[in-house]
Parts: sequence; structure tokens; C-alpha cells
Amino acid sequence: MAVHRRAVLKTLAASGVAALAGAGKASARALRPAPPGAMGMLYDTTLCIGCKSCVVACKRANDREPDPGPFAERIYDAPLDLNGRTKNIIKLYRNGDEFSYVKQQCMHCLDPACAAACMLHSLQKDPVTGVVSYNPAYCVGCRYCQMSCPFNVAKFEFDKAAPKVVKCELCRHRVKDEPAKGADGFTRYPPGQGPACCEVCPRGAVIYGRRDELLAEAKRRIAASPGKYFQDRVYGEFDAGGTQVLYLSHVPFEAIGLPSLGQRPIPEVAYDVQEGIYYKVPFVAPVGLYAVLAFIAYRNRRAGSGETGGGDA
Amino acid sequence: MSHHAEVHTPVGGRLLTRPFVALLAVAGLGAMVALYRVLFGIGAVSNLSNGYPWGVWIAIDVVIGTAIGCGGYAVGLLVYILNRGQYHPLVRPAVLTSLLGYGLAVVAVMIDLGRYWSLWKVPIYVWRWSHSPQLEVALCVAAYCLVLLVELSPALFEKLLTGASEKAQRLARSGLRFMERNFVWVLALGLLLPTMHQSSLGTMMLLPGPKVHPLWFTPWLPLLFLVNCIIIGFAIVTLEATFSAVAFGRKRETAMLASLARVAGWVAVGWLVFRVAEVTLAGELGLLASGYGVAFLAEVLTLLAGAVILLSARRHQATWQVRGAVLLLLGGSLHRINTYLVAFRPGAHFSYFPALPELLITIGIMAAEVAIYIAVVKTFPILAGRAPAASQA
Repeated sequence: MAVHRRAVLKTLAASGVAALAGAGKASARALRPAPPGAMGMLYDTTLCIGCKSCVVACKRANDREPDPGPFAERIYDAPLDLNGRTKNIIKLYRNGDEFSYVKQQCMHCLDPACAAACMLHSLQKDPVTGVVSYNPAYCVGCRYCQMSCPFNVAKFEFDKAAPKVVKCELCRHRVKDEPAKGADGFTRYPPGQGPACCEVCPRGAVIYGRRDELLAEAKRRIAASPGKYFQDRVYGEFDAGGTQVLYLSHVPFEAIGLPSLGQRPIPEVAYDVQEGIYYKVPFVAPVGLYAVLAFIAYRNRRAGSGETGGGDA
Repeated sequence: MSHHAEVHTPVGGRLLTRPFVALLAVAGLGAMVALYRVLFGIGAVSNLSNGYPWGVWIAIDVVIGTAIGCGGYAVGLLVYILNRGQYHPLVRPAVLTSLLGYGLAVVAVMIDLGRYWSLWKVPIYVWRWSHSPQLEVALCVAAYCLVLLVELSPALFEKLLTGASEKAQRLARSGLRFMERNFVWVLALGLLLPTMHQSSLGTMMLLPGPKVHPLWFTPWLPLLFLVNCIIIGFAIVTLEATFSAVAFGRKRETAMLASLARVAGWVAVGWLVFRVAEVTLAGELGLLASGYGVAFLAEVLTLLAGAVILLSARRHQATWQVRGAVLLLLGGSLHRINTYLVAFRPGAHFSYFPALPELLITIGIMAAEVAIYIAVVKTFPILAGRAPAASQA
């Protein structure tokens, strides 16, 4: 009996280790390239004057209620952060003499953690434009997307009985026509169809277009003024596997809420484990384990029926 | 039921005792808060926020609640896979505890889900399934609840056999015959599903990786969660058996629980060695000098204390069995609440502590769990052995 038990333990341990092998080894998840027509935004802290026109335009374009924030008068729209009523916000970072505005909205990651978290693809990445969109029809309101977003972008209407997830969708609801390349070299939608925040910005601090064009523009700005931008690099080119919203900043990225996430996609570790166990060779791990468990239980029951008893569990 | 001498009998006795009514009152209060939440939204009763979208409902009611529901799984592995038939009397009450733990975790999920009316789509809309670890958890938990109902059905059938109705007796006999024949297939499913979703509960917290403190973030979380639920399962079985013996005047299973204690103790030691070695090898010991270090030590030392008690000679005394089991339950639960809540760092400008109504729902669910256990044990043949002449509580 002891020998038998040891064999069982060994089998179980071996299958357990095999199933979890994905956990130990180096990553298998390929970096996802930007979709062919990836649209994005480029925000430059050195151009933003903090006028918040973009915040107002976003509210209007997305039909969001005003959020008076904590202020006693409660007559202004004055949100302190992204929330169920606010998809886009301008924040101020200040440290002594150094200061910067920063615009915050969805980064439209190339490999978004929110979409990886979502059970029925309520959040999903458009295969052409790369916009990370939300469809409430399949959303159960579990908020795993919020847990998973490394930028804390996905928001939820906690104050409503029938809440939805709220996040920037690059004003995809305004788009009616195909984008076309303009005289300035950027691919854009006809006026009134692009992201409202970019269309309204009086300083060109946030512009939109195709990601590759914006990336080239950002690198042109860096090359034109070496040392002006933090680390002389574009945040979002590679960060977290790459994002479609790109940032140039004269202050450290961390200071304006852009975390150091490395260059691997956020879902990598979870998906290496989960897909390693369940999807790489579909059904084998669960069905195999089921067969092993059933076989052992069957043999034990036959061998010692008087001892283990049966009929009920 | 042909070949074993074990007999399960209902405890009987008056149902509406004072403690039982008190439990119902607490559960009812929780239900009223839940109704308020349905009408006015999650924000109206909880401190959940856009920084902390998950709070005690998920971390305690679901993540710890399902681990408490792993008594059936842990004892099932022991009895049917490791062939330790001597623990068989523990199985049926453990399966009942599991059904309650899982069933009420599902209730908690329904309260927590913002758009609960769409939940039915998750098992149905197969073509929209993603590879999300949470999808795996959701499907497995739902399936496991059904399996637990089937596993417990002999208790219902035996109850029907004692009834007057001829029809019900025929149904009961064919039900028992079905379970007798297909027992192995159902049982294997009952062991497979917790293996899958308890490990996936660990995988789930890998996705928020950058926001999870490195002392808890490790690709080995699925394995840690899987073994953790077995530890909690053993602890719950010990506590539940002792509670039943004391409350219903049944024969104490002190000797059996003493040997179970040894198994639980060694599993806990194995978990601890792995946990500490993993953190050490990852070079994260330096992180212990922080508030998070205290949380880590609390989890590890509580579990260690429980293991030490259960592996010492004291495990032969019922009081120390309970103490050891409580420590295993606490230590195991700490790892879960730490991973889901304490180690989760959305940013300095967010904070979370559960609101009173939020806690009332959690406490109400626990009270309901105990109340239903008492009611079922008194009415249905769950506990092993014959009922003593007079039972109270």
C-alpha cells in the first residue's frame, strides 16, 4: 500500500509540475505589433498649457455628466481624476520650480491587460485601428479590467444601479469615414470625426494620427532638441509592449503618472501560465488529470471496497 | 451503499433555537443591505472605488470562501486518491461545507457583479470566450457547485427512503443506485474542478502584476493557491467535525483528527518551505523591512505556528487540534487576502477599508453559511454515526 501511495503521489506531482512548467521558463508570448491602421495620440508636456479644453470637449463628445469634484459650489465640472464621468483629464505635477501638466486617458496598449482580463471580449482591441473598445452587452461588471490596467484607466460607475465601464475609446463613435493622409503628413478623419480632445487642443499639445506617423514626429522633435525631453525617448514606443498613445515629457515619466513597466506586455506572465496549462495543447491537462484521478479512485475503490466504502461522496 | 458499514443520521431536535434565530437575523440584515445595493448601486453600500475595484466581497467571500469550501476536496483527495479510507466519516459533512462555501461564494459574486443580469451569458456565449483566467474560474466554480449537489444527493435520497411516499422511495432507490454506479466519474470531476479553479484563482492575480507587491507576485501563485486551499480545507474539516461533536453531542473524532492534523501540518510545512524559498531565491528578502514585510511574516508565522502545534504531541488533544486548525485557517486566509487586497497597490492616492454595510453583507453570508449547515445537519443524514438520545444547540 505504501509503495502504491508513493507512486500515486509521484504521478500527481509530476503532472502538477508539468502543468505549471509554463511558470518557470522564459516567456513564450510574442510581442504584438501595432495593427496595420493603428491610430493613436501624441501628447507633449512642453506644449500643454493646462487649459483643459480637451476635458470639456471630451465630456461633450462622449455625453458625460459633469463631475463637480469635492468643491463646495458644485457648479463647475472639476473632476480630480478619471472616473465614471470622466474619460480624459489634465493633471498638474509640481515639485519645487519644476512643473508639468499631463493628460491622462486610455493608452490603447498593443497588448491590453484589460482585454486579456475580460471574459467575453467586452473589452477588445480593434484589429485594424487598434482602438480598445467597450461593449456593455457582454460585460458582467466584474471589474477585473480595472484590477488589471497598469495605468488605472478603466473606470466604473459605482454610483449607478446599472453601471458600465467607462474609458476613452478614441472617439470611435464619431468616426463615419475612412481616414486620409493630410497635407501635414498625418492620417486623419474628416473634421468632427477624430478624437475630440485632439481636435480642440489650441496648442497642438495632443495630436492624433497613425501611430507610425506620430512616432516619427516624436522622434523628429527629440532629434531637433536633444536633451529637452526626458531620456530623449518616447513613452509608449516599447513600454508595456507598446501603446498607441505616445508621450514626450520634460520631467520624469514616473512623476506624471507613467509607470516604469518594462518592455514586455502586461498579460505575459498570466497568459504564459494560463495558456501553458490549458490552451497550448487544448484539453490535455484537464482531461488527462481527470483520467488519472478517475483511474486511481476506481482502483482504490475496487482494491479496498470494504475500507473506503462507496455509494456517496 | 452496499459495502460499507457507515451510517449517517440526521441530528434532529428543534430547529428554531436561540442561536439559530440570531444567525438568521444577521443573515437577514445582510440580505437587506444586498437589496439596497441592488437598488442604489455598489457605491451606495461599499467603499469600493476606481482604485480598489475589489474589496472584502471578493477577497473574503469569494477567494477565502471557496477555500473554506475545499474541505470536501482536501478530504476527497485523502480518502479516494491516497486511499485513506479511515477518514471516510469526514467526507459527507465536508462535502456539505463545500457546497455551502461555494454556493455562498456565488451569492457574493452576484452581489459584487455590477451587471449581474448578464452573468448567464458567460457559460452560454461559448464563441465569445477569452483566455482570461477568470473565465476558467467562473466556469469551473459553476460546474463544481453542480457536482457538489450531485455528490451530496445520497443524503437527500436516504432522507426520502425514510419517508412515507412510495414514489419518493422508488426515486430515492434509483438515485442511490445511479450514484453507486457512477460514483467514480462524479468524484473525479469533484477533484478535478477545484484543482483547476483554485490554481486559476492564483493565476488571476498575475494579470494585475505591476500593481501587486513583489512579495506576493510570483508565477508560482497558482501552485501556492492550490496547496493553500488544501490546507484551509483540512483546517475547516477539523473545525467542522469538532463543532458538530460539541454542538450536537456526537462522538468526538479526536483520534482521527489527530492523524489528519499530521497530514495538514506537513502540507502546511511544505507550503511554507516553498513560499519562503521562492521569495528568497527571487532575492526579495530585503523587502521584508516594510509594512508589507509584516503582512508577509504574519501569514508565514501564523501558518507555521499552526503546523508546529499540529505536528507536536499536542495534536492528540481536541483543544489543541482546534487551535492548530484555527491558525492554519487564519494563515492560509491571510495569504489570500494579502494577495488580493493588501499587496494590491493602485497608487498612493487610493485607499480602502470596507464600509459597515459592505461588512454586513460579508458577515451575513457567513451567518447564513452556519445557519444552513445547522438546518441541513439536523434534517438530513449528513453526520456519521447514530444520534444520541438527546441533542441540543
